[in-house]
Amino acid sequence: MSIYLLLAWEFFKTGLFAIGGGAATIPFLSEMGGKYGWFSQEELTNMIAISEATPGPMGINMATYVGYTTAGFAGGLIATLALIFPSIVIICLVAKFLTQFRDNKIVNDAFYGIRPAVAALIATVVIGLIQDAFYKPDTGLTAALIPPAILFLVIFVMLQFKKLKKIHPVFWFAGAAVAGIVLKM
Amino acid sequence: MKILLKLFLSFARIGGLTFGGGLAMLPMLKYELCEKHGWVTEDEIIDYYAIGQCTPGIIAVNCATFVGYKKKGIIGGVVATLGIVTPSVIIILLIASVLNIFMGNAILLHALAGIRIAACALITATVISLAKKGITDILCGIIFAAVLVISFFFDVPSIAIIAASGIVGIVAGIIKRRRKKA
Repeated sequence: MSIYLLLAWEFFKTGLFAIGGGAATIPFLSEMGGKYGWFSQEELTNMIAISEATPGPMGINMATYVGYTTAGFAGGLIATLALIFPSIVIICLVAKFLTQFRDNKIVNDAFYGIRPAVAALIATVVIGLIQDAFYKPDTGLTAALIPPAILFLVIFVMLQFKKLKKIHPVFWFAGAAVAGIVLKM
Repeated sequence: MKILLKLFLSFARIGGLTFGGGLAMLPMLKYELCEKHGWVTEDEIIDYYAIGQCTPGIIAVNCATFVGYKKKGIIGGVVATLGIVTPSVIIILLIASVLNIFMGNAILLHALAGIRIAACALITATVISLAKKGITDILCGIIFAAVLVISFFFDVPSIAIIAASGIVGIVAGIIKRRRKKA
């Protein structure tokens, strides 16, 4: 199958099943990377960071980025259009029966089960991304891991404060980039 | 025709000027759609969000399709949605192609290593807040733990897990209502 068709198919499936917003596409992207070898875990983390730091919905940014990494400009366009296609169809249908859909018991029950599952799926991917962000194949588990670990903890703890939570991701990334350069991570 | 252009431009502005998507877009949506154009009420936007959250796809995209559909039917939905994604596509393609050129640069690689750590910390915080919102009782906790273990140790497609947990939710709902009746 041509790479464009494959991209379109994979992103169509992602758009159809990624429930709960942009972050919910991450498990699907991780699967694509593993299945087809289009990009590494490390590249995926780079793409997530850039998607968070640039304007626009994060899920769309990631689709464009993954598509571009896999198959150039056309790939970026195709992945994005394939991702939004199911949304457009579903929402146009739902818009007709708006209130019935929202008050439907079965729909609500299904989402009651799906929400924790999606959180767990993303958690699994994130555990893998963290492993990759820390692991260096040439040095393995050494003292070199201490600076990244401290950086991670500092940002994570700071994010627990409500006021700091509102800080734009760009600033976290800028600070972390400086730390990365200074500490030669 | 004029309304289609307005829809496109409004949503392109929303897409180009907000970061993060999802809830972060709410203030901008309110400003553009309620205050500036009066296309929808604030209550309607909240409704779209609620539905956008429990339909597949990106929430901001779903919201754009809703508003566009309301104003101009299916074409309106398509145009508004294309509007919200256009800035993303342009910006990301620019950044991605520039980054590719400098990818061998040692300083950039160190910077990206630091940025990846920050990205991990940020997504970890996101996952925790998603889990807090999604886990409302013991059964949700069990689903979360079970999916975490299954997806960590076995290679099960996400689609299968999402479908299965939806079915668990539906069955649990039926059992709960039966108990209430009895």
